[in-house]
Amino acid sequence: MGVLLWLLLRGVSISQTETDKPVPILTGNIGTFSFVTGGHNVIDTQLNPVLLVPLGDKWLIESRAEFEGEFQRPEGGGPYGGPVEKHVDYAQVDYIANRYVTVTAGRFLTPFGIFNERLYPVWIRFLQPDPLIYPIRTAPSDGAMFRGGFPVSPKANVNYAIYISATRIGIDSVDSERHVGGRMGFFLPGPRLEVGGSWQRTLQDYRRTAFGFHTGWQPAKLPMSIRAEYAHAYEGSGYWAESAYRLSQVHVWQKGMRRTEVVARAQQFFVGAIGANAEADYDLPDVNMREADFGVNYFFRDGLKGIASYGRQFSSEGNFNQWSFGLAYRFLLPLGRVSGAQGVQ
Amino acid sequence: MKIRYLIAGLLWTLAMASTVFAGSRSAKDAPATPVVQSAEADNMRIEGEKRYHANCGRCHAAPQKFPPRMMATVLRHMRVRATITDEDRRLILFYMTQ
Repeated sequence: MGVLLWLLLRGVSISQTETDKPVPILTGNIGTFSFVTGGHNVIDTQLNPVLLVPLGDKWLIESRAEFEGEFQRPEGGGPYGGPVEKHVDYAQVDYIANRYVTVTAGRFLTPFGIFNERLYPVWIRFLQPDPLIYPIRTAPSDGAMFRGGFPVSPKANVNYAIYISATRIGIDSVDSERHVGGRMGFFLPGPRLEVGGSWQRTLQDYRRTAFGFHTGWQPAKLPMSIRAEYAHAYEGSGYWAESAYRLSQVHVWQKGMRRTEVVARAQQFFVGAIGANAEADYDLPDVNMREADFGVNYFFRDGLKGIASYGRQFSSEGNFNQWSFGLAYRFLLPLGRVSGAQGVQ
Repeated sequence: MKIRYLIAGLLWTLAMASTVFAGSRSAKDAPATPVVQSAEADNMRIEGEKRYHANCGRCHAAPQKFPPRMMATVLRHMRVRATITDEDRRLILFYMTQ
């Protein structure tokens, strides 16, 4: 650890001599949404600040916190109220060793599938409700990770992540789990196609293996994006597939249409061998479930979008409508002097 | 406790090995916005725009341009988070800061 500290300080001294050094940034998103499920309304308001502190040429300290309030009326009526949860999603140090390897240490988002790491922020996701399989093996990891992305030919890039998480990190209030895992993917820049798979093995009270697959495609000739994930674990399995289409090719009211995106998602969840009663411990449904969602996103400007969606859940516990409405905003602020003439949003 | 020492040892070994392996500053460590000839700059801009749409669009709508020092931080973040290649990072940064 002393060596890491020395390397960190060395990074600071290097950065102070450069004139084009990256500047620390405070970014993140704010969102407020109304989720109406089976006629029951929950107002979800959240703030997710992300701190990025680059050091020297090769280091990056990054952290994201989440403050989320879920407010609802008490039974029998009354004003909206509820708890505000706060926690640190990740706090990690990255060392970009070379073009093939980046070393990460600390608490980091578990790279199982792509939703948890890349699609989770409210300003990025197509639909605000989480996919049903999202809780499968996506609890934060505390340990170390090697990762990277590099070309293997002019037409293909490969990306990977290998990680190990420890049982305890010395902070009693922080839950952690001992596991190892990895993810590997191929990205073809020409057709803009990405495919990959994930694997994780728990090494704690029990030893169980989970795996998953993911894919994404953005056809160059259409303003469309398609993504899908599959996950299989002891606690359950399932898939989701979603698509977004920007209406920029519609020739009426072009000013508004090019800011409008229609989205759809289909998904299914199957209860695992763990037993229905224990599923709630994992924030998973306790019965087999299917869901279809349709929505519209309207981009008022870069980083600010309004959302509306309708979904229907089907399960043995009953079928429910799920509506959502809201606003999501991404902010990005420099924490130091910046050069250049462009404005800062 | 053993795990902690193992992690520290792994990190130390990799950090040292990488420092030796990477050697001295090379083209990949060049400044964010290098001085380049006009024709070369045009090619880099075109290639950068192509990679910007291919890579950024994998997750989110294409963002606007920010000042160079902010873009350098954002692209370093994306290098780690989205595992974009170093070449993609440099070309996208060039495109986004011109």
